[in-house]
Amino acid sequence: MPVRSRFSGVPVNAAVVFLTLVWIVPTLGLLVSSFRPFSDIATTGWWTALSPPFHFTLQNYKDVLDTSNLGTSFLNSLTIAIPATVIPITIAAFAAYAFAWMQFPGRNLLFLSLIGLLVVPLQVTLIPVLQIFTSVHIPVLAPDGLNGNFLGIWLAHTGYGLPFAVYLLRNFFGSLPNDLFESAALDGASPLTMFFRLALPLSVPVLASLAIFQFLFVWNDLLIALIYLGGSADVAPLTVTVANLVNSLGQGYQLLTAAAFISMILPLIVFFALQRYFVRGLLAGSVKG
Amino acid sequence: MRNRRSGQALALLAFSALLVTACGGSSSSGKIGGTVKVLASWGGSEQASFLAMVKPFEDKTGVKVQYEGTRDLNAVLTTRVQAGNPPDLAGLPGPGQMISFAKAGKLTALDTVIDQGTMKAQYGDSWLKLVQVNGKQYGIFIKAALKGLIWYDPKFFQAKGYAVPKTYDALNTLANKIKSSGTTPWCIGLESSATSGWPGTDWIEDFVLRQSGPAKYEDWFNGKLKWSSPEIKKAFQSWGSVVNDPKMVYGGANTVLSTNFGDAATPLFLSPPKCYLHHQASFITDFFVKANPALKPVDDFNFFPFPDINTQFTGAQEVAGDLFGMFKDTPQARQLMQYLTTPEAQTIWVQRGGSISPNKQVSTDKYPDAISKQTATILTSAKITEFDAGDLMPDAMSTAYNKAMLDYVTDPGKLDSILATLDAAQAAAYK
Amino acid sequence: MDRYVLLAIAVVGVPAVLVAYIVGSEQLVQRLQDRTQPRVRPWFWVGPTIALVSIFLIYPAIKSIYISLTDDKTGAFIGLTNYAHILADTSVRVAVRNNGLWLVLFTGLVLSFGLLFAVLTDRVAYEGPAKSLIFMPMAISFVAAGVIWKFMFLYQPAGTPQTGTLNAALAVFHAQPKAWLLDRSINNLALIAVGTWIWTGFSMVILSAALKQVPGELLEAARVDGANELTIFFRVILPLLAPTITVVGTTMVITALKTFDLVYVMTNGNYDTNVIANRMYAELFQVRNLAQASAIAVVLLLAVIPVLYFNLRRFRTQEALR
Repeated sequence: MPVRSRFSGVPVNAAVVFLTLVWIVPTLGLLVSSFRPFSDIATTGWWTALSPPFHFTLQNYKDVLDTSNLGTSFLNSLTIAIPATVIPITIAAFAAYAFAWMQFPGRNLLFLSLIGLLVVPLQVTLIPVLQIFTSVHIPVLAPDGLNGNFLGIWLAHTGYGLPFAVYLLRNFFGSLPNDLFESAALDGASPLTMFFRLALPLSVPVLASLAIFQFLFVWNDLLIALIYLGGSADVAPLTVTVANLVNSLGQGYQLLTAAAFISMILPLIVFFALQRYFVRGLLAGSVKG
Repeated sequence: MRNRRSGQALALLAFSALLVTACGGSSSSGKIGGTVKVLASWGGSEQASFLAMVKPFEDKTGVKVQYEGTRDLNAVLTTRVQAGNPPDLAGLPGPGQMISFAKAGKLTALDTVIDQGTMKAQYGDSWLKLVQVNGKQYGIFIKAALKGLIWYDPKFFQAKGYAVPKTYDALNTLANKIKSSGTTPWCIGLESSATSGWPGTDWIEDFVLRQSGPAKYEDWFNGKLKWSSPEIKKAFQSWGSVVNDPKMVYGGANTVLSTNFGDAATPLFLSPPKCYLHHQASFITDFFVKANPALKPVDDFNFFPFPDINTQFTGAQEVAGDLFGMFKDTPQARQLMQYLTTPEAQTIWVQRGGSISPNKQVSTDKYPDAISKQTATILTSAKITEFDAGDLMPDAMSTAYNKAMLDYVTDPGKLDSILATLDAAQAAAYK
Repeated sequence: MDRYVLLAIAVVGVPAVLVAYIVGSEQLVQRLQDRTQPRVRPWFWVGPTIALVSIFLIYPAIKSIYISLTDDKTGAFIGLTNYAHILADTSVRVAVRNNGLWLVLFTGLVLSFGLLFAVLTDRVAYEGPAKSLIFMPMAISFVAAGVIWKFMFLYQPAGTPQTGTLNAALAVFHAQPKAWLLDRSINNLALIAVGTWIWTGFSMVILSAALKQVPGELLEAARVDGANELTIFFRVILPLLAPTITVVGTTMVITALKTFDLVYVMTNGNYDTNVIANRMYAELFQVRNLAQASAIAVVLLLAVIPVLYFNLRRFRTQEALR
């Protein structure tokens, strides 16, 4: 429910509409370009397509959808992204709750180190981790090493995604009021019960945002997949297949215009689906004064 | 099912391994199955052409070729090689990288993989020399390109009564004539994402080769000739007289630096044209046609080679090519390497367009149009062929080289300090 | 068929395993004495996190620190020589200056815009669609974002029809086209603008979620007391959002320090736009000097310490209030 006040009127609406329009201009350019033939894209600006004569074409979309392996790479992307979203959020939730509501030695130091790890550049981790992956052999799950294996990439995305997830969740858990947990503790609830019955339901908006970000990051990732999973047709995610629409000289970028929107559909659906969790918290109104 | 096939495959593998060693590298017949992992920078149409190229191989040997493409070849290849997970075959960004990988022991020597006699018969000496390190072969060329070509629109030339220049002086005269008629003669575009500046390096190489000759050229890319030496400085200045003169090049410095190399020739085909000459490699023709499908080779666009400057060094031609190396020695990898050098394999890509084969046994009538036929003839019969120097230099050097082109256009007056920076990079890169 | 089975296992099995882990560990902990329970329990909860980040982040970081102190070719220990080299390198100095610019401008802009959009969209009926549109740049992959801004920044010589959106807009006002990525007075700003465009959605979503936690009655009470919207924003909303702003701000500062993809794709650090991560990438994959690349990475690690200190102070304040 939007907050009603004297400032909900015309100025706010105008500001929102104006700012939103400015914000979408770049993307609009891409959208219009995706319906133009390459010879037009290469020689004139995209807005010229909006006035006659109209040269719209579906060729770019056709070429992308005709790409061999598009369906498999879409499935691969899902196979990578869903666990790589669920696992880090779950593990992070446990850790964040502990950092926020449990006392243990080195708690602050550990947490700060976690935040510090956010700055470790991805590129310096690639070689050491890949070395570990190629030498680890887990029977049944990863007999030939973790590289080229979905389990490997789930773990990698989890490892990379944990610092931010823990940081965000801990901030939220820490902002929950003390009395909430105190009264539950007095009633004899274990930390596990408090976590599942109190903390988690209240943190749905944060969990939803985290889910969106992690999913997006994994869905759009290219380098991590190339290094740990490989780019061969059977395991390549959508990003690899799309990147390969362009040849080594840069030709074919007009296909990227259509491919961008095709691959954006799912993340946007996820975003919309999770929108309804961005509601006024159940906590609102339960705190007095 | 799978166990039985791998059992059979193992037996065949052992047998073919025996055959291979016995016959000194000639390919054995029979299906050996298995897979080969190939990593290269090709995408789009190139990827399709490569896959078409290996299809007969897959059918004949039962080996599945798993291709991975990435434009970030350096990052992915370096990481995987360092981490002990190299691909079986990989595209190498240039002979310079092939040499450093070979010296680091990461590449397998190909003397026992490919029959050296066949190689000598099918490839010219200069091509063979390029893929050798310490006398052993370490790489193969999948396809090649011709550099140092000057493109023009014959229709516009005819309309203005311009003649194709045969000497460098004639080229300069022509350029000045166009300049005084009020149009900029040249179109140049240097932008190319991470490798911006490389079209300029092609210009410098053409100058060095024709002004100072192959011996100096080779000293230069081997790090033995300094950038501040008179020969190299002269080449820079010759290019500078073109690119840094706003009346000589369309749009001036800003346009030269911002325009992507693939789009740079568009003004050449406008009516009226904004420029008349474009210096670029043989692969640019596809860019012309995609941007303007109405253009036809020979009628609407044609080329003449960069003319000779010093009569001592006539017939010099700059070439480039896509190189492959073998990182893991498996029977499947060996067979694929061997296959890729054959005229049959090379012809497949040649027929699809976008490739010139350095293999002398690929007949020129396999090429899809008159222009590619002509470039192929030049490539295989040029008197002096030198490879693109930038691709022969160590990575650190060629990165500085590309950047120097951009710096020179941004700050033409700073040539000496740009050359000094290159000298410093050279000292560090060739250690 | 393997693929679908794998996906099903992953979607169902993995959460099940994780929940079983935490429930199982609680069972174990319950068997201990009451006194020892709170001492042991936290380690089960943070255990998986510590294990995973140790492998993927801590181990490579420590390895980098070690390698940065050695000679690249021989592996011999050479102390701070690599660091001396990088600090003397002018391209590194330029990169550091640029990262400083990113740190201040990028973070400031992303926070401000994020907050602005969070507050504004909260008050309109079409909040969902508006937020989705602002968020869309985050959903677009980097490869596509590169193409989008290529179209925005294209430059044609003055007097000819412009093909880039920004220059075409300038032409409407009869201004000269600008070479946005070349012109040293604006190219860093142009790149920062692209970064802001991408990340504002991120900041908006988080701040919006936090905004919704602010109890409606608190705001109503303030209004009843006669406070105007601006006062309410600065006196009521902002203090309540402070912890979340710290989180978003910290993340954005770190993003500014690490910024790489954007600069790599648009200019590759040319024309004075270089940033530290791009410089490190070049050192790692082009020059192939792992030791010096690691030294640059360590510089990044050190640069984050002030940020950590700031966060530490905020916790102490937050905990004290509890």
